[in-house]
Amino acid sequence: MSKDVLVKVNNLVKNFSVTNSQGSKKSVVQAVSDVSFEIYRGETLSLVGESGCGKSTLGRLLINLIRPTSGSVVFDGTDLVGLKSNAMRELRKKIQIIFQDPYASLNPRMNVCQIISEPLKTHKIYKTKKENENRVKELMEKVGIRREFINRYPHQFSGGQRQRIGIARALALNPELIVCDEPVSALDVSIQSQILNLIHDLQEEFNLTYLFISHDLSVVRYISDRVCVMFLGKICEIGNTEDIYERPLHPYTKFLIEAVPKPDPKLRKEDKKILTGEIPSPVNPPSGCRFRTRCPYAKDICSESEPEMKNYKGRFAACHFVLES
Amino acid sequence: MSECTETVTEIEEYDIESEIAENDNIFYKIKNMIRTNKVAAISGLLIIFIIIVAIFAPVFAPHDPYAIDLLSRLKGPSAEHLLGTDELGRDVLSRIIYGSRVSLFVGLVPTLLSMIIGTVLGLISGYFGGKIDFVIMRLADVVLAFPSLLLAMVIMYTLGASTFNLFIALTIINWAGTARVVRSQAMSLKEKEFIEAAKSIGVKDSVIMFKHLLPNCLPSLIVLFTTNIPGAILSEANLSFLGVGAQPPEASWGLMVNNGKKFLFTNPIVALAPGIAILIIVLTFNFLGDGLRDAIDPYMKE
Amino acid sequence: MSEMSNEQFLLKINNIKTHFFTKRGIVPAVDGVTIEIPYGKIIGIVGESGCGKSVTSLSVLGLLQRPGKTVEGSIEFNGRNLLQLNKAQMRKLRGNEISMIFQEPMTSLNPVYTVGKQVSEAITIHENISKEEAKSKVIEIFKNVGIPEAEKRFNAYPHQLSGGLRQRVMIGMAMSCSPKLLIADEPTTALDVTIEAQILHLMRELRDKNHTSIMMITHNLGVVAEICDYVYVMYAGKVMEQTDINELFEKPCHPYTEGLMRSIPRIHSKNTRLYSIKGVVPNLLKLPKGCRFSPRCDKATKKCFTQEPELYKIDNNHSVRCFLYENGVR
Repeated sequence: MSKDVLVKVNNLVKNFSVTNSQGSKKSVVQAVSDVSFEIYRGETLSLVGESGCGKSTLGRLLINLIRPTSGSVVFDGTDLVGLKSNAMRELRKKIQIIFQDPYASLNPRMNVCQIISEPLKTHKIYKTKKENENRVKELMEKVGIRREFINRYPHQFSGGQRQRIGIARALALNPELIVCDEPVSALDVSIQSQILNLIHDLQEEFNLTYLFISHDLSVVRYISDRVCVMFLGKICEIGNTEDIYERPLHPYTKFLIEAVPKPDPKLRKEDKKILTGEIPSPVNPPSGCRFRTRCPYAKDICSESEPEMKNYKGRFAACHFVLES
Repeated sequence: MSECTETVTEIEEYDIESEIAENDNIFYKIKNMIRTNKVAAISGLLIIFIIIVAIFAPVFAPHDPYAIDLLSRLKGPSAEHLLGTDELGRDVLSRIIYGSRVSLFVGLVPTLLSMIIGTVLGLISGYFGGKIDFVIMRLADVVLAFPSLLLAMVIMYTLGASTFNLFIALTIINWAGTARVVRSQAMSLKEKEFIEAAKSIGVKDSVIMFKHLLPNCLPSLIVLFTTNIPGAILSEANLSFLGVGAQPPEASWGLMVNNGKKFLFTNPIVALAPGIAILIIVLTFNFLGDGLRDAIDPYMKE
Repeated sequence: MSEMSNEQFLLKINNIKTHFFTKRGIVPAVDGVTIEIPYGKIIGIVGESGCGKSVTSLSVLGLLQRPGKTVEGSIEFNGRNLLQLNKAQMRKLRGNEISMIFQEPMTSLNPVYTVGKQVSEAITIHENISKEEAKSKVIEIFKNVGIPEAEKRFNAYPHQLSGGLRQRVMIGMAMSCSPKLLIADEPTTALDVTIEAQILHLMRELRDKNHTSIMMITHNLGVVAEICDYVYVMYAGKVMEQTDINELFEKPCHPYTEGLMRSIPRIHSKNTRLYSIKGVVPNLLKLPKGCRFSPRCDKATKKCFTQEPELYKIDNNHSVRCFLYENGVR
């Protein structure tokens, strides 16, 4: 069965140069290192991984907020890399982003109407002010903010409401793809579920495609169709949510999932296997497989050659010793 | 959709407009400053008074400031001339009242000009970074490396003394400070997610700079404006005193001090009165600026 | 828990009220909270932001900043009422018998000193030992809290360490004088999951080896389930439910606790919506009448909007602040 591919990412690389603490030597950090994957239309693909794995960078590369060092991002047949700024501006209508921090993502000196109508005005969607305002009100209602609050400023709202405003802004241009960058991790548990429900409802209503970036594995499990696990700029494993959580192929996936504290004291295992060690520095990643320094299954070959992404019955993993499923 | 109606029932009916809302408002902060900082409040009142006097100088001045009366030269204070007369018999009080126009004009216009230039350059420098930032900041370094009065004198000597050239000189020596402050603010602001959000929408860079960055720099700009004014007033007085600023017969306080210094021991009021006027206007602006800074932008304290 | 006699409790927070006296009125951040911490147990204090869990811990440590003040109640630690101690006595207690670790270890470490120096300083304040002895003790502590290459890390500055290592240093510092009570305020919230698992494991070891009591403040029910023995659920400055860990997850009684449990995403289920508690935490300046959870409660009755419920005991180990359990039955 062939699925409709909306985004195709090919061999994407992003290097950042950093000056070290002495300020003399410049070294290169590979934030995203040769990453390829596809996002299908209408699905939710989650990017998970620990801090520094490059998931946020990858999200920003996808919406062309930063330019890749090499590789391509093909959105609906158009390569975003090297696109002229006018053509890119046109394409921005179809790709939007929701941010993590509801306090930093809204300009404190703009009111709700100005914030939500900014995309509409930028692309000159409506001719009259009235039409603009009506659309803003409609969007506010969609995300669950009362119309009367249209002239309020961000600081007059709670974190959850601000996140709703951010979502309304992202929806304004009827996008096809929304990159959700940790949209609920700054929120309280009870508010988190409200926002997750909203994100979920909007997908059904507008047939949206999500790239959901998160470090919270229980949220990811709830929201996504497929999951892509990253470690230090590389994809370890990509597959259906159920497979990833129940039958992980890559050792890192397995340990990551096991490390999540389960909200059930009966599942408590005092002697559960814990991944030891720290995340290696991306400036100086280990040779061969990047996970090998923390991997209990690592053998000589892991330090010698980098495992390639292989197909295991429709699932992809990059490991010399994939776990038996 | 039934599910969507359910979402609406989940609306958070929380109203935090109370505390944060007001504390974040710039007018609230100013109001609070007036209530708590009496020195700044009185300074503000005095400045308003000086501005009114300057605008309606012909109404307040008892005499024509340019009327020469050689018969009553260097007279002491009297009912006719409250602050006496100068060496040409002109009424000192009237000249001080008219002089306030020069001081305020020179305090406001070049400061405003330098701040506009400094803000635009600072925004460009901070927002784009890279080479353009390097060029602008080195230019600013050059300006800041010179003692500002010396630089202004050099400019005035080269261009010739006139009010217009005075404006140019004062603008040139003052833009760099503003540019630096705005640049550092722009640099920290552009990392904020709302700037990324604007970019991802496709908002143009120029719009981002002026609609997103500028309003967020505004509080510091207001503070900077009030603290820059006394500097400009003082520079004008200095330059006029040194003879390269306002030219006679104009009633400029700096010029008046210069003229009066010859009679400092015989008739000190001719030099002292304009000197005290300079002191008052500079101090009031400084007090107001400090008050505003503490109230609006406590992080700017050095 | 109440069947135990008083001597078994290391810390007894007795009906304390901590208020913040602001311009806009009195904020009752902690409004009559009673918490008992027995020896060698990990007690969880759970709640959302603004429920008063952190203020409770600061009250215990006497670290409240103005305009906050504990106006009522007592805090008994090892038989002494902490609220009656003077500043010098409190200082002696802190870091010696009671230690605290915070969410963001970077802010609690001084960036201009090496971590080794900071920890050895903490030791020499309370113990009279030489520099060399302190150093070897620090290195031993570092090894105990699982810092690899402890000798090398002794001379590292805080920014040279990862978040997980910094938190280990903080725990090491907190444990350096073998305190009886460790207060941990969201110790793993800023950390990655695999590192979080390591830190939780370390804390469990501390309890087992040193018999340290730990007051674990968190919003993460997963963390609670993982390491706590007994749990207090707080909401808007009051304890809503208290029970032991298994009971809490098996039979959450208070509608708020139940709501929290149900809002955690558990399984992949595209077609089911998550349960969510409507509304948000109330403004403490404008608390609703009656039960403070009533505006958000699905089961609220008329009574809930007018009267405040007590903490009703439904079991030896289980109390709930809800009228549904007024008669002690569930």
